[in-house]
Amino acid sequence: MKRAGFTTRWLPILLLLPQLSIIAIFFYWPAAHAVHSSFYLADPFGFGATYVGVDNYADLAGSSEYLKVARFTLIFTLLVTFFSLALALLLAVKADNIIRGAKSYRTLLMWVYAVAPPVAGFIGLIMFNQSWGPLTEAARAIGWDFKLGVNFNDTATAMVLVAVWKQVPVNFIFFLSGLQSIPKPVREAALIDNRSARGRFWDVTFPLLAPTGFFLLIINITYALFDTFGVIDTMVKGEPGNNPMTLVYKVYVDGFRGNDMGGSSAQSVILMLLVLALTIFQFRLIERRIHYT
Amino acid sequence: MAQVSLNNIRKIYPNGVEAVQQTSFDIADGEFLVLVGPSGCGKSTLLRMIAGLEDITEGELRIGDRVVNHVDPADRDIAMVFQNYALYPHMTVRRNIGYGLKNRKTPADVIAAKVREAAEMLNLTDYLDRKPSQLSGGQRQRVAMGRAVVRDPSLFLFDEPLSNLDAKLRHQMRIEIKALQRRLGVTSVYVTHDQVEAMTMADKIIVLNAGRIEQIGTPSEIYHNPASTFVASFMGAPPMNLLDARFEAGQVRINGGTPLLPASGSGPVTVGIRPEDAELTPEGPLGFDIQIVEELGGHRLLHGQLADQPFTLHVGKEVEARPGAARVNLRPEALRLFDKTTGQAL
Amino acid sequence: MTDIPYTPAARRIRWSVLADHAVLIAGSLFLLIPLLVMLQTTTTTDLETIKYGPQLAIGDQLDDNFRAAMFKASGFSGQNTGLSMLINSTILGLGFALGKIVIGMMAAYALVYFRMRFATLAFWLIFTTLLLPLEVRILPSYEIAQKLNLLNSYTGLILPLIASATATFFFRQFFRAVPEELVEAARIDGAGPVRFFIDVLVPLSRTMIAAMFIIMFVFGWNQYLWPTMITTEEGMYTLVRGIKQLTQDLEGTNIPEYGRANMLALIAILPPVAVVIFFQSWFVKGLTESDK
Repeated sequence: MKRAGFTTRWLPILLLLPQLSIIAIFFYWPAAHAVHSSFYLADPFGFGATYVGVDNYADLAGSSEYLKVARFTLIFTLLVTFFSLALALLLAVKADNIIRGAKSYRTLLMWVYAVAPPVAGFIGLIMFNQSWGPLTEAARAIGWDFKLGVNFNDTATAMVLVAVWKQVPVNFIFFLSGLQSIPKPVREAALIDNRSARGRFWDVTFPLLAPTGFFLLIINITYALFDTFGVIDTMVKGEPGNNPMTLVYKVYVDGFRGNDMGGSSAQSVILMLLVLALTIFQFRLIERRIHYT
Repeated sequence: MAQVSLNNIRKIYPNGVEAVQQTSFDIADGEFLVLVGPSGCGKSTLLRMIAGLEDITEGELRIGDRVVNHVDPADRDIAMVFQNYALYPHMTVRRNIGYGLKNRKTPADVIAAKVREAAEMLNLTDYLDRKPSQLSGGQRQRVAMGRAVVRDPSLFLFDEPLSNLDAKLRHQMRIEIKALQRRLGVTSVYVTHDQVEAMTMADKIIVLNAGRIEQIGTPSEIYHNPASTFVASFMGAPPMNLLDARFEAGQVRINGGTPLLPASGSGPVTVGIRPEDAELTPEGPLGFDIQIVEELGGHRLLHGQLADQPFTLHVGKEVEARPGAARVNLRPEALRLFDKTTGQAL
Repeated sequence: MTDIPYTPAARRIRWSVLADHAVLIAGSLFLLIPLLVMLQTTTTTDLETIKYGPQLAIGDQLDDNFRAAMFKASGFSGQNTGLSMLINSTILGLGFALGKIVIGMMAAYALVYFRMRFATLAFWLIFTTLLLPLEVRILPSYEIAQKLNLLNSYTGLILPLIASATATFFFRQFFRAVPEELVEAARIDGAGPVRFFIDVLVPLSRTMIAAMFIIMFVFGWNQYLWPTMITTEEGMYTLVRGIKQLTQDLEGTNIPEYGRANMLALIAILPPVAVVIFFQSWFVKGLTESDK
């Protein structure tokens, strides 16, 4: 609120109306709907639903399949987050060192940001094509008979690789801008205080990048959990079968394909709680993170 | 401690800009040298070349008896105080001060003792466990000083260290830095655009303009005998009055009027005189049209026109003055002559 | 002091610069090579691709593959040619970006510059939407779109995607950073709320609007899950949504049309990538400042 805000009555209401009505219809209504139907069992023939209490949740907790998907999601998220952050940090640090050609490298390393996840998945399919994919051939060359879509672990590896490929640019952009916002004199002071470049990185640069890192950590976890939907859907070619899938993908498969509205809604609610927890965690981190200025 | 010598040092940036023209000078052991000049004159570039933060295009730089052109900043045995202090925001004051020592493999107990000593010297003892963000500007400035002092370097470098402080604090820190340097006897190079800092702190001043040295000298030499009109007008507030005059019949005259002083020569010449070297007197040979009287408590500055040229006069508080016509006398011994075209002192 | 070794810094730095370049080139290739592989297959015939895989040589089929991608339809209806998907993608990208910015700016202006009751409530209602991505409420959203008869319509495609407050949040941050004196000066100069918005705030936000537009256009263009659910008529497909069909096409046939499929994927990539590269500095600024 600005000190000298306008006092007109009707205008702000008019200004807020479009936003509020859209979120009411397309956010609050569906969210409430999901919570509501998670307590019901829908009749498969569409003749209404029965209240079943927390049965849907209990079913999930007891479902070995759900737990398997949850475990895969966890591993997938950890791998994707770790590799895309580490790779991007390495590239950003190097790009920040460079004076000549810095702009060309920035362009070369960020364009993938604009590639849609399912298109990235499609590219993955081409690269891992069973009969002539360059990456399949590379794997064969080192004695690894890579079978995308057949072997669970191979498919999972390919998914992680594609998801990392797609995410490195975003992290790169943020890390680079974080590096560039470290005041030049502070780096020069470090240059006088510490002769080892590695020492300077771990003592000065890395701690000063920590706020960017925390922020990116949350972004990457969210990405691995939700935004990789397109990657997975394309790479399993719409046929989940025995292929690896994440929790979000299972919501879609059970609800849209399996017509299990109650179970799918319960899964949605669990994911909502997960996001909520992540967000709260993020806010607490931001609160606690040292304000350096 | 060390003597520093610059031998034909030159800096050309990759884009072809010559930031520092060929320059040579020596800094004596324990001397406080101030590099002063307007922004973009090359003074910071010069300092940063001494620090090793900037490559030296040509020439030779010696600190002590070593040629250090290609020595890493960390190995030059220097300490630097930056304009924005450049404190490590994530480290406490204690770690900030001790960081350079730690990297030189100093034992922890020695570091602790040295940090304590430096903190006492700078009145920072109560703040050792704070982060820079919890300190005031003056305290941050002191931490930056502590970081330099604790290292016991052979050379201190200061890059406009006081420019972010308010006037009162700046005055106080000026005295503190000078006293500290006296006490430690460390050779120092201090860069500033503030001529008051230069005058009050330096043993020796180098005035730079457009990448070139205009004058090297003690504060008194620079003030009283400026080598050029640039130095004359850059040093001193208000600056030296510069008047257009001519050599006429063995005399220097303004607008063909009263002879100012005997001198041989011909054609136009620039006459310089400090505002305090002229006096307001009814018998004065020159007319002075006072337009504004600037009251400064201890003294007054009278701004107006002398022979249709702007002129400023410094008078003591006991001299009454109001706008209007007056007469002035310019002390002949205080007059300085400069070449009209080159600006060089004659 | 004299025992410090003389280190030829200049030479050492040159080696480390070389190493830096090597890492950066490797990183660039990691990102770029898949695209080059795709590009190569669009220049050869599908038979060649199937027989030999991607080659180093560039073929002469680019034109044919491009024509097939743009004008030949997959599926049964014959409506989802590359061209029609391109048009739909553009409508989605532009409509989404425009809608998001207009609605977001209006709401942010109301929240920052007006004294009103329920301002706090409105704020929380709006910003709670940042918490839950569309993916977790996708099924109920679909049911509601169905109830409202929005399936296979541009409205149904775009509006639900706008129901999150990213742009609003961004503009709110930006407006709050605008100096207080500006609105005071404008009021003394006799400008009302509408005048102030149009004459001062919008011109002031120009760069931010541009940055948001780029980010939102890319975000909208790249939407997948929602378009997959809401569009069942092939004439409504976007390029990104059409990818799924492409993968299925490649599965089912004897001679998969790699050239055409890869060309379509490239067409789906090109506009957002071009926008991001072309408006790089705005885009980076918008992206990195939106997290503050």
